[in-house]
Amino acid sequence: MEARAVAGRVPRARGRYLLESRRFLAGALIAPAVLFIVLLVGIPLGLAVYLAFTDATSGSLSGSWVGFQNFVDEWHNEIFRRSLWNTALFTVASQTIVLLGAGILAHALVRDFRGKWFLRFLILLPWAAPIALGTIAFQWILDPTFSILNYTLVHTHLLGPFCDITNIQNCSATSPPNWVGDPTLAKLSIIAVHSWRILPFATVIFIAGIASIPREVDDAAAVDGATGLKKFWYVSLPLQLPIAIVALLFGIVFTATDMAVAYVLTHGGPFNSTQMVPTWAFTTGIESGRLGAGAAISLYMLPVLGLVAVGMLIAAKRAEVA
Amino acid sequence: MTALRAGWKRNGIPWLIVGPFAIVLAFPFYWMVVTTFKTNADQYRLDQTPFWPHKWTTENITNLFENTPYLTWVGNTVLIGLVVVVITLVLALPAGYALARLSGKWGQTMGVGIFLVYLVPPTLLFLPLSRVISDLGLTDSIASLMLVYPSFTVPFSTWLLMGFFKTIPPELEDAALVDGASRLKTLTKIVFPISLPGILTVVIFSFSLVVNEFIYAITFISTSHHRTISAGVPTDLIRGDLVFWGSIMAATLIPAIPLALLYNLFLDKFIAGFTGGAFR
Repeated sequence: MEARAVAGRVPRARGRYLLESRRFLAGALIAPAVLFIVLLVGIPLGLAVYLAFTDATSGSLSGSWVGFQNFVDEWHNEIFRRSLWNTALFTVASQTIVLLGAGILAHALVRDFRGKWFLRFLILLPWAAPIALGTIAFQWILDPTFSILNYTLVHTHLLGPFCDITNIQNCSATSPPNWVGDPTLAKLSIIAVHSWRILPFATVIFIAGIASIPREVDDAAAVDGATGLKKFWYVSLPLQLPIAIVALLFGIVFTATDMAVAYVLTHGGPFNSTQMVPTWAFTTGIESGRLGAGAAISLYMLPVLGLVAVGMLIAAKRAEVA
Repeated sequence: MTALRAGWKRNGIPWLIVGPFAIVLAFPFYWMVVTTFKTNADQYRLDQTPFWPHKWTTENITNLFENTPYLTWVGNTVLIGLVVVVITLVLALPAGYALARLSGKWGQTMGVGIFLVYLVPPTLLFLPLSRVISDLGLTDSIASLMLVYPSFTVPFSTWLLMGFFKTIPPELEDAALVDGASRLKTLTKIVFPISLPGILTVVIFSFSLVVNEFIYAITFISTSHHRTISAGVPTDLIRGDLVFWGSIMAATLIPAIPLALLYNLFLDKFIAGFTGGAFR
């Protein structure tokens, strides 16, 4: 009798205690992180918008209001337009390569086989190395005179056909091209380094996506007679899609906003032909000291990032449903 | 015979598919190793096979440590990394826990919001932040990087930790609460100890984000001795006509190898946090 009374009282008391402390605790635990983020991301973002409407330079403390002048000037600037185009080109090209490669790799790596950990280790290397340093390795691999890539192409007699197909200037079976000195090859090189860097990350996320499909789905598909491509298209692919989209959106952000690869490999050259939005913003805002114009340049990326964020939310919703 | 064929199908085909990718992805690292141990003269000889060192040497490594500020850069990077990791844990551990457990629907929206902040790239913030840093009088000091780096490690880590905490059954905490422990005590005595692998994962990935960071490091720092590895090697080691590729490759390999090993060790945990609880 007494025991039952106690048992009846305790849960109610605990429930009230939780209800009271929960709200307060949650707020108190989240507040410091949110405050920090507002101070170091929110306010600078606002400041970036403000700077973009002024002619502030790194010398003077505050510039005067110039309205949309910076945005208009840059829109009519040929180098900026090229940067915009290059950013899109590098991102789309490298992400296409990454998605195809990661799809193939993830399907092979999701099974168990001898020596898998070793291959996985090799594949993960590019993602683990700091990107600015990894790009330096490519600088040496693509060196104008002592390129190991050119050495290999020459000695395997592949250089002649390569030059014929790509139609690069000053390139023939005996005279290897300058990878970072030729505008077309420099673009190809940057795309290659970006793909090299993101592929391991996308593969890892894809493996997680495949692994998250329950066994029963496989069995059900087998019972219904779905095999091979059909099964892949109607069963496996839709189930992996939310996570694949997450990998893609991350890849887009990492590539489009990364400055290290283009800056280290080509410094935007030759003749600004590989300038991206981030490198051009850096060149304008820091190297030339025109803070306002630089801020306007990087703000041009905001709509794209907004789209990516929306995509992310939709992917998250879909993952929730699945 | 059939067993042999089954074994070939099981082990051989994955190698045939993954092998070529592995060669392409890992070759730059092989080439870094080879270049590190070649003599300087051999780097520029086109008359012998360049694919391995003909005479092994460690002169590139000693040159790197004795004649460049490399060790200072390593020290700066480690110091910044440690401080940032501490700041990150102090802010992200409570926030991640609260978002996973305490705040219901409202918390879910907030979690996604914090995650989206991680997508705001340094390229958008480095110009206004350079102004803020100079107003604070922190220009050209490693303190500027310690202050700014948590702006991306905190959102990222909060997100990961939220994922980890969601995988811990709430019954465990309820049991402790019934026994009269306070929420805070439950947190420090039960939740954090069980989440140790997850917390360690966050430590490693936050640290590696710091080692990776490039744009803030070259924007805020102008004196060679205050640089990090990522900014110092590309800006101060590569200059002029006299470039010692052996030393440069050693400089890139030294941080890359331990990071790669750690990544591999914690990869499965990372995936679990990234996809497991985070989107559910």
